[in-house]
Amino acid sequence: MPNHPPRFADRLLTWFCAPHLHEEVLGDLHERYALRVKRRGEVSANRRYWLDVLAYVRPEFIRRQPEQYPQPTNTTMLRNYLKIAFRNLARNKVSSAINIGGLAVGMAVAMLIGLWVYDEFSFNTYHEHYDRIAQVQSREYGEQGVGTNNSVQYPLGTELKTNYKAYFKHLVMASWNVDNVLSAGDTKVSRKGLFMEPAAPEMLTLKMIYGSRAGLNDPHSILLSESTARALFGDVDPVNQLMKINNKLDVKVTGVYEDLPLNTQFNEVKFLAPFDLWVSDNAWIKEKAMTDWQNHFLKVYAEINPNTDFETVSAAIKKAEIKNLANFPEQAKLSPEVFLLPMRDWRLHNYKRGVIDEGPMQMVWLISIIGAFVLLLACINFMNLSTARSEKRAKEVGIRKAVGSVRKQLVNQFFSESFLVVGLAFGLALLLTSVSLPSFNDVAAKQMTIPWANQWFWIASLLFICFTGFVAGSYPALYLSSFQPVKVLKGTFRVGRFASIPRKVLVVTQFTVSVTLIIGTIIVFRQIQFAKNRPVGYTRDGLLMVEMKSGDFYGKHELLRAELQRTGAVEEMAESMGKVTEVWSGNGGFNWKGKNPSLDDSFGTLVVTPEYGKTVGWQLVKGRDFSREFKADSSGIVINEAAVKYMGLKQPIGERVSWKFQDQPILNFRILGVIKDVVMESPYEPIVPTVFMIRAHGLPNWMHIKIKPNVSVSEALPKIEAVFKKIIPSAPFEYKFADQEYALKFAAEERVGKLAFVFTILAIFISCLGLFGLASFMAEQRTKELGVRKVLGATVLNLWGLLSKEFVMLVAIAFVIATPIAWYFLSNWLQKYTYRTEASWWIFAVSGAGALFITLLTVSFQSIRAALVNPVKSLRSE
Amino acid sequence: MRRSDLGEFEEVVLLAVAALSPGAYSVLIAEELERETGNSVSTGAVHAALQRLEQKGYLRSELGEATAERGGRRKRLFTVTALGGRVLSEVRAVRNRLWDRIIPNIRLEWS
Repeated sequence: MPNHPPRFADRLLTWFCAPHLHEEVLGDLHERYALRVKRRGEVSANRRYWLDVLAYVRPEFIRRQPEQYPQPTNTTMLRNYLKIAFRNLARNKVSSAINIGGLAVGMAVAMLIGLWVYDEFSFNTYHEHYDRIAQVQSREYGEQGVGTNNSVQYPLGTELKTNYKAYFKHLVMASWNVDNVLSAGDTKVSRKGLFMEPAAPEMLTLKMIYGSRAGLNDPHSILLSESTARALFGDVDPVNQLMKINNKLDVKVTGVYEDLPLNTQFNEVKFLAPFDLWVSDNAWIKEKAMTDWQNHFLKVYAEINPNTDFETVSAAIKKAEIKNLANFPEQAKLSPEVFLLPMRDWRLHNYKRGVIDEGPMQMVWLISIIGAFVLLLACINFMNLSTARSEKRAKEVGIRKAVGSVRKQLVNQFFSESFLVVGLAFGLALLLTSVSLPSFNDVAAKQMTIPWANQWFWIASLLFICFTGFVAGSYPALYLSSFQPVKVLKGTFRVGRFASIPRKVLVVTQFTVSVTLIIGTIIVFRQIQFAKNRPVGYTRDGLLMVEMKSGDFYGKHELLRAELQRTGAVEEMAESMGKVTEVWSGNGGFNWKGKNPSLDDSFGTLVVTPEYGKTVGWQLVKGRDFSREFKADSSGIVINEAAVKYMGLKQPIGERVSWKFQDQPILNFRILGVIKDVVMESPYEPIVPTVFMIRAHGLPNWMHIKIKPNVSVSEALPKIEAVFKKIIPSAPFEYKFADQEYALKFAAEERVGKLAFVFTILAIFISCLGLFGLASFMAEQRTKELGVRKVLGATVLNLWGLLSKEFVMLVAIAFVIATPIAWYFLSNWLQKYTYRTEASWWIFAVSGAGALFITLLTVSFQSIRAALVNPVKSLRSE
Repeated sequence: MRRSDLGEFEEVVLLAVAALSPGAYSVLIAEELERETGNSVSTGAVHAALQRLEQKGYLRSELGEATAERGGRRKRLFTVTALGGRVLSEVRAVRNRLWDRIIPNIRLEWS
């Protein structure tokens, strides 16, 4: 036919018009078109054609005919799909197991990580007013840059209460969260607790078990957490019982609250007592601190009013401090700005040295990304194996189509199969998760449970099942169902040469992730090991630390030391400011000969008793240690090598150093000795220049006890305890081991390391499962080829090489991609440590070799098995 | 008898089917109506009317032979059913009765 009507109009028509009417409608249109062309020419006919097509836009033409196979009256077909799916699973046991198992492991990991992330984000949400609670902090601009103070001055609290009352529903001053001795009758326990103003329980919405939230209104009251109450009074209602705090404050129990869960900031607060009680107990507060704008010693928590927000209030209170600093020029120089740190930021966006600490959020990101990747690996496996398998099912598709299946039914069939597998895997994943959750809790230091009753958990799971099922099932469902039965059944059907490309890309992706994770894990462990191997500068073995919690500990040093030594188990004992694992106080105001006048000096300043060095076992480099023999040693100091370098002293011994502390009279010192650097703070940071002295401002608050090396700890402890019971009967004997405290410094990194390790193992496991499945599939597909090759004289080695070569290539490509990625991220990660290991080349080489080795191991199992098959067997069957 | 559901266009199409039968189908009807009325008539409109009439039981249809102009597609041929025929004659009778009541003088005035 010479003239054809506008094709686009035809396409439009076939799109909107119901399929069963296509024949008559198109026929009519074309016939009329032919008539019109004859009558008036093509141009006019074309125009009319369009109008005619548009005339068919009517409901009666658009409405589709009811389905050929309408809604099933019974579920025969559906049951058939499931039966076929189960038969397929049962027939290929290995690949089904790999498929379901791998996916289940991936899902379990994703669930654990999901729970972890959820836990991080739900931190503090236990408090009902979570969205409106904040901590009052101040920002100061010193010479070293911006700093944030999370403890504030007493007068700031007063100022906010009097002049900014309208913004706050509650404004609560609180003490530091430190250990206190609680005693009821003869029972003594030591618990962390806060002295807070009476509104605190209401603000924190404590769940009261006994008594009421108004309990703190009585100035001599105490609220106990459930666990504390049980430890002190057993299972009875303790309200109105009398007890003591630190053996001197008489209080009455006015309530018991449910212990705060682990994922709250205040979970360690095991009792609350009135703030006024603390003020009356610490006379210096009334004497000096109430109007002193320089003494940051308390915390202020606030709940803002519902009709305002944090930004508004922060802006309003910004100048609350600076406007009161007329008499405090030193403080005013720092131009402090008061602001609110909302509770939702306490955990993940808190300040560290004046800037928002990215660490916690990075950790959340890191873990979620690893989780996502492990899951991705599992999904890739699943897709790879199901597509590889499904090619074998092309014949089934042909037959189903030949006996009358329409495409939609095949699509349904393949989808229901993949959903079935995903569903099974999900069930298994739930099981795995609930089994592994306790140990995961241990590693992550959390208390997580599977939220069985949480609807969002189920919605998320359901969405996830749908997503995975859909993604994994889409290839067989949409591609295989489009085959023409004639071609498939005739046997001319070939899956194209490029059909395996996507599969290879996915394998490369998998191994890129795995190799990156291997490299990452090795580097994290190396970094931890590197810091652990750092010389500490003192002996941690058998070093016991006892906090001097109450006044009863003081003034008994000599007696205690003599008694302890008499037991024969203790080598030496000394007191100091803070534990040996921390630099308790830092100060400026020092002066020495040759000091650079522009240096704004800052030292760790620790008061110790003369035997401190002997107790912790520090190593002298120059000069001598403190000694009781010389009276003048009370004005002597021992400094560390970092301090020598910092001060720029050539001959430190005998140098004179003076210290002006605030408005106190100047103290003069002479350097007695220099010790090797002692790692007191973070093992990743440079050593703080530190000055140890015997007489200065402040008193020691920790005792260090060195057990004799030839006496075991279990032998020594009862003896030491007996001494403490005798000399300080009013306090429980509680101690810490220096080596354990030191090990805590690695906790965060070790946690990352452990998690990364576990996930890496899982990632490799999943990748290998997939590889194993693919290799077995390949070997099976090429059975005949291998048989022929063998008959023609190929050796087992030839065949093994033939089958393994491809996978080795893929892993090599993955390695090439993974190396720069891993290098980039890990050198960034290492940057944040001053004391760090190198990302050396051999780590990459080892990771690559390791990945290659694992690959060969996995693949070889299948390829050698296939190569060993007797060709008679493989060629016989047809 | 539900005469009221016979629209004006439907009536004309029904008449056309009767006039062109056997072998009435949408293109033929549309062409015929275009020639008779002078207005353009789309096959779509005719087809829709035919479908409605068939639903009402005034027409029945079967697939006819394919032709080259139709690109090898078959056409749907319509014939009037007995019910359709009765409805047509009813309508005609009504019209005739009304025509007959027009006074001859007035009819002369129109022409």
